[in-house]
Amino acid sequence: MNDTVLQGVNLTKVFGWGKQKTIAVDHVNFEIRAGEVCSIVGESGSGKTTLAKMLLGLLNPTEGEIYFQGKKRDISTQRKKREYWKNIQAIFQDPYSAYNIFNKIDTLLLDCIRMRGDFWLPREKKIELMSEACSFVNLEYKELTNKYPFELSGGQMQRLMIARIFLLKPKILIADEPTSMIDACSRATILDMLMKLRDEVGMTIIFITHDIGLAYYVSDTVYIMERGKIVESGSADQVILTPHHPYTRRLISDVPKIHEAWDLSTVTYSGL
Amino acid sequence: MIHTLRQVFRSGKFVTGFVIFVSLLLIVLIYPLLVPDDPLAIIGLGTFFPPGIYVNVYDSVNVSPYTLNLPDATTKRIADKLGPKERQDMKEFLLAAGIPEEEIDIEDTAKLLDLWEKNYDPNKNIEGMTLAKMRYYQRLNNSLKGLLATEGLIVALPNAQTGQLEQVKVIEQSDYANINEVPNVRVLPLGTDNFGRDVLTELVKAAGVSLQIGFVAGLIATLIGLVLGLLAGYLGGMVDDIIMFFTNLLIVIPSFVLLILISFSIGQDKRGAITIATVIGFTSWVWTARAVRAQVLSLRNRDHVNLSRLSGHSTVYIILNDILPYIMSYVVMALILQISSGILAEAGLSILGLGPRTTEVPTLGLMMNWAMIYQAHVLGKWWAYLPVLVTIALITFSMNLMNTGLDQVFNPALRE
Amino acid sequence: MGKVILEVRELSTKYVTRFGENVYAVDRVSLKVEEGKSLGIAGESGCGKSTLALSLMGYYFAPLHYISGDIIIDGQNISKMHPDEVRRKILGKEIAYIPQAAMNALNPTLKIINFIEDVIHAHDPKVPKKEIHDMARQRFEELGLPAEVLQKYPVELSGGMKQRTVIATSVILSPKVLIADEPSSALDVTSQKMVIKMLKDMMEKGLVKAMIFITHELPLLYNVTDDIMVMYAGQIVEQGTAQQVVFDPLHPYSKGLMGSIIVPESGVRDVKLTAIPGAPPNLKRPPQGCRFADRCKYVQAECRVQSIYMREAANNRAYRCIFPEEQLRKVYQNE
Repeated sequence: MNDTVLQGVNLTKVFGWGKQKTIAVDHVNFEIRAGEVCSIVGESGSGKTTLAKMLLGLLNPTEGEIYFQGKKRDISTQRKKREYWKNIQAIFQDPYSAYNIFNKIDTLLLDCIRMRGDFWLPREKKIELMSEACSFVNLEYKELTNKYPFELSGGQMQRLMIARIFLLKPKILIADEPTSMIDACSRATILDMLMKLRDEVGMTIIFITHDIGLAYYVSDTVYIMERGKIVESGSADQVILTPHHPYTRRLISDVPKIHEAWDLSTVTYSGL
Repeated sequence: MIHTLRQVFRSGKFVTGFVIFVSLLLIVLIYPLLVPDDPLAIIGLGTFFPPGIYVNVYDSVNVSPYTLNLPDATTKRIADKLGPKERQDMKEFLLAAGIPEEEIDIEDTAKLLDLWEKNYDPNKNIEGMTLAKMRYYQRLNNSLKGLLATEGLIVALPNAQTGQLEQVKVIEQSDYANINEVPNVRVLPLGTDNFGRDVLTELVKAAGVSLQIGFVAGLIATLIGLVLGLLAGYLGGMVDDIIMFFTNLLIVIPSFVLLILISFSIGQDKRGAITIATVIGFTSWVWTARAVRAQVLSLRNRDHVNLSRLSGHSTVYIILNDILPYIMSYVVMALILQISSGILAEAGLSILGLGPRTTEVPTLGLMMNWAMIYQAHVLGKWWAYLPVLVTIALITFSMNLMNTGLDQVFNPALRE
Repeated sequence: MGKVILEVRELSTKYVTRFGENVYAVDRVSLKVEEGKSLGIAGESGCGKSTLALSLMGYYFAPLHYISGDIIIDGQNISKMHPDEVRRKILGKEIAYIPQAAMNALNPTLKIINFIEDVIHAHDPKVPKKEIHDMARQRFEELGLPAEVLQKYPVELSGGMKQRTVIATSVILSPKVLIADEPSSALDVTSQKMVIKMLKDMMEKGLVKAMIFITHELPLLYNVTDDIMVMYAGQIVEQGTAQQVVFDPLHPYSKGLMGSIIVPESGVRDVKLTAIPGAPPNLKRPPQGCRFADRCKYVQAECRVQSIYMREAANNRAYRCIFPEEQLRKVYQNE
């Protein structure tokens, strides 16, 4: 059985021309299996966000192909894109900038219902769906209706983003640093909800993160990216506990730990 | 929305600008209701009548007089014709005529006049005196005639049959006419211009027309700039390149030069106020387009736009719902600036004589143009140009003040 | 016990909002830092840790206002001084502060060396340039920064290097106390490690006598500081050594905080993360009783009635809870 849900072959993204040319993503290959949680880990500038945008269809790859459920992805028209986006959705890093501040919260959720094709449902049915989605993330629809995003806290906003995913039930969720702007205590709540979503909907989750600890905690498979290239990949235990590539090793050794000693003597001052 | 408005009206700068602007607007709207005259009607025969209350002399003679015995009436009458300067000039003449200095007392009016009457000779040539000075003394001499007379003036009418003048009435020096009883009184607070038109009425109309020109020009410029900026910024790629090519092309050519050329080629008789406004609008959108594009570029990659795309919204929907509201405050500010610079551009063009044709409506620029052609500034006829300048300054000042106020509300970093 | 370099007694400060409301961001905070020691302050965003850092400098400007308490640096009480005097005599010389995005504070049009000249001349306009240059070069070399950095403009330096430059500059007058507020949170892990190494070097070489390190990243705090204080809603809720607070937290809030640590180490995947539901209280109207009561699993009726005071525990620890130490431990054990 071929259970690869998303596959990238020689995926490349180049920005600019000539002297200003930067290769953000450089011939990247990967296969993501249905139902797994996988993480793409990299520092800023590693191209992980560009890769995520290409997977989402928000950016066109310069070179290479993306295969979705075994078939070459085709998002050449708005209709095909809409069809694709029913299957792949995202949660972004900064909940404060992910909302249109001029729209009420209801608009966001109603958009999802429309996208499911339930535009013609009666009003009561829609409210029922929205309430269900809100209660999934421990929010009360009655308290949220007719409110604007800025009336919510960061944690609530991010939970509402998960409610949106709950309504859409895509096959793949790309979570771009979903917890980096959120306090440590709320982080667990968000992660719990994402995991619950995966179990209930059978979703594949791709985490994009710089936090190697988080990647290790949540994922089955880990990809390490350095300057546009995937330098190491494998199961989480394999990559984190027995890293092979020097970059992975450095990355892990640079993160402060609490059980093992954090060796500061390895620090070499280099560059300007 | 309401919250934003409340914030805006809490800004002192905005409120000041707003109050000035609304006051001007109200004057422009209400004044024509009170004074329904044609603003371009020529009422004065002659140029540049100074500001003041104009009382019809014929009517004043005909109203029944009141006798008021005011003690300083004579003094005032004399002082009007014989001020300290005139007295000094007379002394100079008398000295030159060979009168010893101790005999001349310029404070004693009767004695001075007596001395003057005896010694003044219009044909006398004093060494070093210019022709102008001679004329001046002749005029002075004429105005002094009968200054100390105490009897009244006789009004006479020709008899219908004989043609003989017959005395109708005598106007005593102590006769007063009540201005309320004089049927024809015209207040000209700002006098008349070179054509003899009431400057205030003209100015109010001109301010209205100039504001219209500003609004039309500003709206056109902002609309073009907004649409092009949104398309270039959001669509990017080819569309961006083409739009930016034209924008940069227009930036290189100073827009005022372009404005002059277009205005000139249209021809005087085809240039109406709205035509000029349209031309100004079509030449001044470039900076708005560039600024909007820059804003959109930074908004385009925001997560809420990405989220909207992922929700399957169309490009038009995203531009209208996810981009436009975010830059609306900016666009309003750009519009205000465009309006005020539109007004200035019209003034600039008109001063050069390339403004709207002169026969239909006045504009602030045209008024400046007329004042300049008839040398109001050289002749010291300040009422022909200073109020126009002040109006232009007030309009642009109030708009820029509103703009700064808005900027401080929308950009908290600029708050004091 | 070493000499106490920084002592703070019952310090309270507040913010006054644009609408004239008071936000009591720091409430009766007391702390002591001995020579050669570093103290970490942990807490969620909005708990008042950054405000505490600002307040510790004794330099108050709107909207931050001083209410009460003492700040004593090496025996000198600065809390009653005039702000101008504090700026002239205390800042930079006695106490230095590195704000969150310090590297963005560099003036892009000045070379680093000119920036340093400005900093020194702000304290003493008479110092000759030659002396400043020698001083800067020496200090940079001491801290392992290449001296060529001095002749560069900020844009020519990486984020990590800019941050280290700012830190090196802030200690150029050898302040006794260094307050670092999230000095590495905007950097990637490699630069973060360099910054931490430099801070540790400064302590070892005695360039600063004591350090207060503020961050929400607990693994980092654990590795950097000797002692840790946990702040919640403007108050200190627990204090102890880093080891004690991280591995054996007493206060239910600290317990939750420590339960949310994720590090890339074996065993981490088997532990379930702790989540604390709810949000911190509004500090415009701080609650009567325990400020954590609304989010606490073990809340009792009396928690909400009376003010809760710091309780001494064994091994020089203290925590702010109604329960005695043994009872808390028993409750935790039964989970």
